[in-house]
Amino acid sequence: MLNFVIHRIYVSILVAITVSVIGFSLLRISGDLAAELAGEDASTEEIAEVAKAYGLDRPFHVQYFDWAGKALSGDLGRSLFTNELVVELITDRIGVTFKLAIYSLILGLLLAVPLGVLASTRPNTWIDRMALGLAVFGQAIPNFWLALIMILFFGVTLRWLPISGSETEWHFVMPTLTLGLTVMPQFMRLTRTGMLDVLDSDFIRTARAKGLNPIRVLFKHALRNAILPVISLAAVVFGFLLGGSVIMESIFALNGVGFLAFESIQRQDFPVVQSIVVMLSFIYILLTFLSDVINAQLDPRIRLG
Amino acid sequence: MIKVNTDITAPIATSHPREEEIDEFEISVPSPPELMKRRAKKHVGFILGGTVVLLVLILAVFAPLIAPFDPYDQTLTNRLLPPIWHEKGSWSHPFGTDALGRDYFSRVIFGARISLMIGFFAAAVSAVVGSTLGMIGGYFGGKTDAVVMYLINVKLALPGLLVALSLVSVFGGSLIALICILAFLFWDRYAVVTRSVTQQIRTNDYITAAQAVGASRLRIIVGEVLPNLMNQIIVIASLEMAVAILVEAALSFLGLGIQPPTPSWGLLVSEGRSFMFFKPYLVTIPGLAIFMLVISINMMGDGIRDITAPEGRN
Repeated sequence: MLNFVIHRIYVSILVAITVSVIGFSLLRISGDLAAELAGEDASTEEIAEVAKAYGLDRPFHVQYFDWAGKALSGDLGRSLFTNELVVELITDRIGVTFKLAIYSLILGLLLAVPLGVLASTRPNTWIDRMALGLAVFGQAIPNFWLALIMILFFGVTLRWLPISGSETEWHFVMPTLTLGLTVMPQFMRLTRTGMLDVLDSDFIRTARAKGLNPIRVLFKHALRNAILPVISLAAVVFGFLLGGSVIMESIFALNGVGFLAFESIQRQDFPVVQSIVVMLSFIYILLTFLSDVINAQLDPRIRLG
Repeated sequence: MIKVNTDITAPIATSHPREEEIDEFEISVPSPPELMKRRAKKHVGFILGGTVVLLVLILAVFAPLIAPFDPYDQTLTNRLLPPIWHEKGSWSHPFGTDALGRDYFSRVIFGARISLMIGFFAAAVSAVVGSTLGMIGGYFGGKTDAVVMYLINVKLALPGLLVALSLVSVFGGSLIALICILAFLFWDRYAVVTRSVTQQIRTNDYITAAQAVGASRLRIIVGEVLPNLMNQIIVIASLEMAVAILVEAALSFLGLGIQPPTPSWGLLVSEGRSFMFFKPYLVTIPGLAIFMLVISINMMGDGIRDITAPEGRN
């Protein structure tokens, strides 16, 4: 187990360093960030001045180590646009993004797991087909469009829900519904396949042959085994939701990290963009590391294989 | 008592079967392609999805012949005309017109070109990149494999949508730039699947045999491993094509994708959004178009999987 953990830590650190280099260079690969910041009709002197002011005239690796060193001590620099501290910009807004991601994840799981279990107990019946149909539907519907249709229906026609802002919990209903439906299909399919595999195994047959309560067999014996990969996927999906909520945040004017990143990308505000990209990557790396270790702890085949 | 045929000059029974035997044999055990054809004919999802995809493909290829108007042609006197199902609609503009007086039907038809092209090429480019990496990692193992796994891990850790948005802001929203950026977003699934399947294939006897006769590693990978992965690659490609179409629409919707006046469906939704409350068709039509195309491609992809490998259906 210790070897497994050490190896995973080693890989995670390597990936984290690479990701930080990529995140750092994202807006710089155009080659001339200073020229873009200085504006379209800036003279060469003005561009050079901008480059000097932001330290963009130094060699790439010097800039990177300077930034990484400061970042490790908690200094992510200031936004070029609002001159606020990037750390404060992010901490102010991460709450909204986290909330939306957690709500959507919970909704997705609450829809998917019971549906997947139900479908697996009656394969190839109308219930199974309905569940798979719903999954196909959820995968194919463009979520930005679904969000607009919901705004039209629940917000404008019925006037049940607020359509923009993040002041109350009601503001989170439509974005959560949309994102929950987006992440539901993968959980549903995984639960269903996992359950079908487990229900076919000998120990379930034994449990049933012993005359145990079928519902108990389904949830206590079968689901317990089938849920493991679903939990690993949940960690991955949570990481995806943090970065993927940018569309919902921009439609519903939820002032989260995704929208901040989107705005900053549009105005080439590189200190903000690189910090958010690297931060979201690190969260993802941490989540997958934890879920791998937990899985290895639960399943010896992983840590020995 | 077992009778042993000691006459070595006698023909071996199976090498010269009589005519009737061949027929019987083929009736009882159809060839794999024949089996696939039979399964395809019975697969409702595949037929339905395939038909819609084919129709959209025809619309896209012959768009200039089918579309009644030039999709860029602005007629400011004909702004925001209602669609045909509206009481004031007319057949001259079946889907009405947009805020600049452009025929919406023509724009939606031309939009099919963008979606199909981006979806197809993004899926194809990422298939080449991902499968190559996956096969190399799976075949060679050891340090090479560790490098491939490391690349996959880096890719997975990056927030894909934000990286794509940044790259579009740097490289612009041209068709080729978008295809490359989307290909970068989607290569990892091919790599994961081809890598693990290659690891299984590598231990087969026909690979050992190819190594024994001195085939080069390139030849083994291309000639022996790749053909056995083709079905899986095609299935992933069809599903990734659907996702690529959705992501392109989302990027264009956000304004960091295909640039106006090109009629991308995502962009049409975004342009219609400001008139959404009193002209909802400007948003519903292109959205339904995306939904129809993506669901059809998914149904076709699921169908291909069921038809080529029914044992892996679940």
